[in-house]
Amino acid sequence: MARKHVATTVNGDTYEFLCDAEQTLLDVLRDEMFLTGSKEGCSSGDCGACSVMLEGKLVCSCLVLGIEADGKTIDTIEGMADGETLHPLQQKFLEENGLQCGICTPGILIAARALLERNPDPSEIEVRYWLAGNLCRCTGYDKIIRSVLDAAADMRGA
Amino acid sequence: MATQLDTDYFQKDKVLKTVGTRPIKADGVDKVTGRARFGADIHLPSMLHGMFKRSPHPHARILSIDTSAAEALAGVKAVVTSADFPDMKPGTPYDDQTRNMMARGKVFYDGHAVAAVAATSATIARKAVKLIEVEYEVLPHVMDIMEAMKPDAPLLRDDIFTKGVDPKPDKPSNVTERVEYAMGDVEKGFKEADVIVEHHFKTKAMHQGYIEPQACVASYTEDGQAEVWCTTQGHFRFRQVCANLLAMDVSKICVTQSEMGGGFGGKNYSYIEPVAIALSRKSSRPVKLVLSRNEVLRATGPVSGTATWFKMGCTKDGKITAAEADLIYETGPFAGSMFANAAMAGFTRYDLENVKSVGHEVVTNRPKVAAFRAPCVPPTVFGIEQIVDEMARKIGMDPIEFRLKNAAEEGYTTVYGQTFGPIGFTTVLKTAKEHPHYTAPLGANQGRGIATGFWFNRGGPSSATININEDGTATLITGNPDVGGSRVSLAMMAAEELGIDVDKVRPSIADTNALGYNHVTAGSRVTFSSGKALIDATRKAIKVACERAAEIWDVPADGVVYEDGFCRPSSSNVGDFDPLPLAEIAKRSIALGGTIAGHAEIVATGAGPGFGIHIVDVEVDKETGRTDIKRYTVIQDAGKAIHPSQVEGQFQGGAVQGNGWALNEEYIYGEDGRLQNPGFLDYRVPVASDVPMIDTVIVEVPNPDAPFGLRGVGEVPLIPTMAAIANAIRDAIGVRMYELPMSPPKVLKAIEEAEKT
Amino acid sequence: MVDLQYEAPGSLDAAVALLANAEGEARVMAGGTDLVVQMRSDMIEPALVVDIKNIPEMGAITHEADGGWRVGAAVTGMELCDHAEFKAAWPGVIEGVALIGSIQIKGRASMGGNLCNASPAADSVPPLIASGATVHIIGPNGERDAAVEDIATGPGQTSLEKGELVVWFKFPPRPAHSGDAYQRFTPRTEMDIAVVGVGVDLTLDDAGICSAARVVLGAVAAKMLVVAECADALVGTPVDDAALENLAKAASAACRPIDDKRGTKEFRIKVAGVLARRVAQQALARARQN
Repeated sequence: MARKHVATTVNGDTYEFLCDAEQTLLDVLRDEMFLTGSKEGCSSGDCGACSVMLEGKLVCSCLVLGIEADGKTIDTIEGMADGETLHPLQQKFLEENGLQCGICTPGILIAARALLERNPDPSEIEVRYWLAGNLCRCTGYDKIIRSVLDAAADMRGA
Repeated sequence: MATQLDTDYFQKDKVLKTVGTRPIKADGVDKVTGRARFGADIHLPSMLHGMFKRSPHPHARILSIDTSAAEALAGVKAVVTSADFPDMKPGTPYDDQTRNMMARGKVFYDGHAVAAVAATSATIARKAVKLIEVEYEVLPHVMDIMEAMKPDAPLLRDDIFTKGVDPKPDKPSNVTERVEYAMGDVEKGFKEADVIVEHHFKTKAMHQGYIEPQACVASYTEDGQAEVWCTTQGHFRFRQVCANLLAMDVSKICVTQSEMGGGFGGKNYSYIEPVAIALSRKSSRPVKLVLSRNEVLRATGPVSGTATWFKMGCTKDGKITAAEADLIYETGPFAGSMFANAAMAGFTRYDLENVKSVGHEVVTNRPKVAAFRAPCVPPTVFGIEQIVDEMARKIGMDPIEFRLKNAAEEGYTTVYGQTFGPIGFTTVLKTAKEHPHYTAPLGANQGRGIATGFWFNRGGPSSATININEDGTATLITGNPDVGGSRVSLAMMAAEELGIDVDKVRPSIADTNALGYNHVTAGSRVTFSSGKALIDATRKAIKVACERAAEIWDVPADGVVYEDGFCRPSSSNVGDFDPLPLAEIAKRSIALGGTIAGHAEIVATGAGPGFGIHIVDVEVDKETGRTDIKRYTVIQDAGKAIHPSQVEGQFQGGAVQGNGWALNEEYIYGEDGRLQNPGFLDYRVPVASDVPMIDTVIVEVPNPDAPFGLRGVGEVPLIPTMAAIANAIRDAIGVRMYELPMSPPKVLKAIEEAEKT
Repeated sequence: MVDLQYEAPGSLDAAVALLANAEGEARVMAGGTDLVVQMRSDMIEPALVVDIKNIPEMGAITHEADGGWRVGAAVTGMELCDHAEFKAAWPGVIEGVALIGSIQIKGRASMGGNLCNASPAADSVPPLIASGATVHIIGPNGERDAAVEDIATGPGQTSLEKGELVVWFKFPPRPAHSGDAYQRFTPRTEMDIAVVGVGVDLTLDDAGICSAARVVLGAVAAKMLVVAECADALVGTPVDDAALENLAKAASAACRPIDDKRGTKEFRIKVAGVLARRVAQQALARARQN
């Protein structure tokens, strides 16, 4: 099986690997680059647990082919904190219990950051619709939404 | 000197420093940074990727399985079928488990596993699965419980003779068991009633819907030992299942639980771990198995569909005189739905004298059902709480007032024989009545509903070890996977006992080599059971610390007491010593006989039952039948909330799962018996924009037999939801919904039928 | 069993050549949000995937001299939804595009993909057809234009010949006093497939009487329905309650739905009428402001 060489930048680091054309970006993040923070919940774009930024756009990495990553820039949950300093969203999710089991959390944090970069002061409804592509089965969303709204307020104040 | 350990877990008068606060949980940072390792996140050197071959038929005899082409594919290292697993004794639960894990002779549902491969990449494994040829003789299938009970229904198995009926049937059927829970005289009770309400109800199979599919890695070595890493609610149970299904010694298997991405009961059961071990044994390499969402929905844990009937009577002034239930639960091809819970808990919370519940469990060509929060109780409460609502309407009484009039109190003996200690049902109801939500104005096409729920709460085997490290910090080791924040709650209780800060207690969950058997994390048992175990362990450690202090001071051991992190002389007669901090004793202990530690294993008893009420406002679009949830409040007795945020999270999560069950979630099978919605697109769990904020009120009526008075809180929040929403829909549009889910086509049809009459 | 070949040509000619010369099944990939799912679930097993996102024409949004718009077939949903000028001209089209899945999905998914996937429930297609947009197609035999409604012929089926590609959508200039709208019915608020979808585009004369209308129903037949009787119910009226009632009846009467996991026939027929009325009211409000 002829595998293709791919060189990509993830969280600022260069990765090179060989990839089957069938493999998705999520597959290669997890199985070739061992960046397992992005999760597979459905492999059909319906749960958002695999959310990453591809060239600055929020996407489901399960719906991107791994080979498409060649020459592209990707940001994942592993690059969200700045060294030892957590992103305000990460910090707020901890303080306000915006997570239970944690499987949806990386995807939700990546999606929420993308929202706040576009809209620093979203309403509750805007947050809910923006995160509609990120399923959470544990929390009932309440503490997730509050964490995002409160992180946004902190970030505006900072 | 050999004083008994204090068994006052409640510590009613203790001034609490940690319990009741909201510290950040120890597993939190790993979960917000992507470091936390879940089932599919384990990679081992030389690891292979496994994959299942599954049946497309709901019922068929397997005539042959040809794995030769798959085995010949480059990169394929092992293929297994049921032939690779030993026969289990017929009629035992392990026989059912091995047949469910890998079909033996017959497939019983669409998605039933028939073989599995392990290959050097997932891509190759996918190709290999397609090369396995299975020849089937397709058999007639039956998907519906009512159809399955008919005398001429296709018979799934010839070894099912309904249990619980006398005399034992002489012919096999699809009905596995009958149960009956009754007391008093329902006929007499109905004669005393002024108002009688009865109706049939139906609910559809649905799924726990955890976001993380089942996943594991197994490594079998040539000396007959196996290591397994997996996502599970009970790694000790998984070890037991692996040992039995593979005929291995328990001691030769070590199971390490990963972080678990949701379970809700569905990860009480091992589906893939014995297969991964078998593949590893055959390939001599570690093997990873990860299910797809399609496989999760087709072959793991649905929740029973049900057909129920209820009849209740009450007097004009609101006293319930009799209650009767007939409950039919589907279980998939194998017994074990826990349907008896429904017969036991359905009416329990009301002060009933005359009650009778009869249940039947039925096999169908669907996946074997699995537990889900308060297993089997919610579909029954969906009916009962609507009947109760209707009775209150008929006599013109406020629905909370009606329930207050009939609420069980301390001393009530239930239909299953438990006499309640202190319980919080009445307090919960009164709190709801006074909550501003209950009297807030409603808009057009809006309605308000309430419903209540009860769960036993469980105890059972748990163990714990606490090590006081040389700097006075503590490492807490327990044996139950953390599904809803138990680690932080357990650490808080240990900190409270030790009188140290919670961030000085590191909670960890041991693998199966490190502790004795711990029962699964289920039934809202862990904070209670592991809490009791860790308190015993901590008190043992404190006793050791006192002995060490006595040694340091050269005084008798009973001359030392432990308070707030310090050992002190018990009186001035003992001597004049400065209090010794735990850290100082711990440091010196290494040379004075070793680490200060405590260990306990218990079978926890005395769990206090939980009660809750939900208040919900809905708005119904009468032209489309769509129901929107406008406002939601959960009020529940937690006994004592160890970590209130975790408790609120349980309330909110359970309620939103119930929103999905109420409105949209259902298994849809075609005429061909194949699941038509095996994905999150058409299996519709609620998304963030479907629900409002979920308000919570934590009521605290302590259970005196529990640590700090706590009660389990995980099950109750799901129980009343569907009924509360149904009652709200009734309030909004005057139409009662007798079937779940109350999806738009059904609601619209009900509106149209009501308009015709 | 063949190994999948992936190509990402940089020009239309190269893409056409790859597709025309492909042996075995070849698929065009724009956002891939349907294609990758179909491949992963073994619904299709293509030998070749041609990614068109590197082709400049596919990703361009152009306001043309005649006042119309040209939108590349692979322009992502998010790009289009964020395009304020286009959104002001064609809010109904944007309403359809905005419902193609989550933010993540729209980060990749395109109108071209939504059209060529040929689902009868595609959300962007009813308002596209209502708008009167055409598509520009390139293939081994040259270039041609076609009406949007002529592309999808049935579930998963298109009128495109082997090697043909949709390159862009051409929207006419927006007439004065005209407006469009799209709504769908789904059980959830988001992340669902339309049980019924309705796109309406209508134009008023200076007196406020409807002079032209296009009403398109989605998910109620094997392909999108352009319902002349619905348009007739509106044209020549002030779009008053009586006209809306006739519109609703005509919409329900036009439905040829199936019972499936997403809805019953009966339900789709009823809701198509309800939605047609609601969507026409929305389009009317926009036309009056325009």
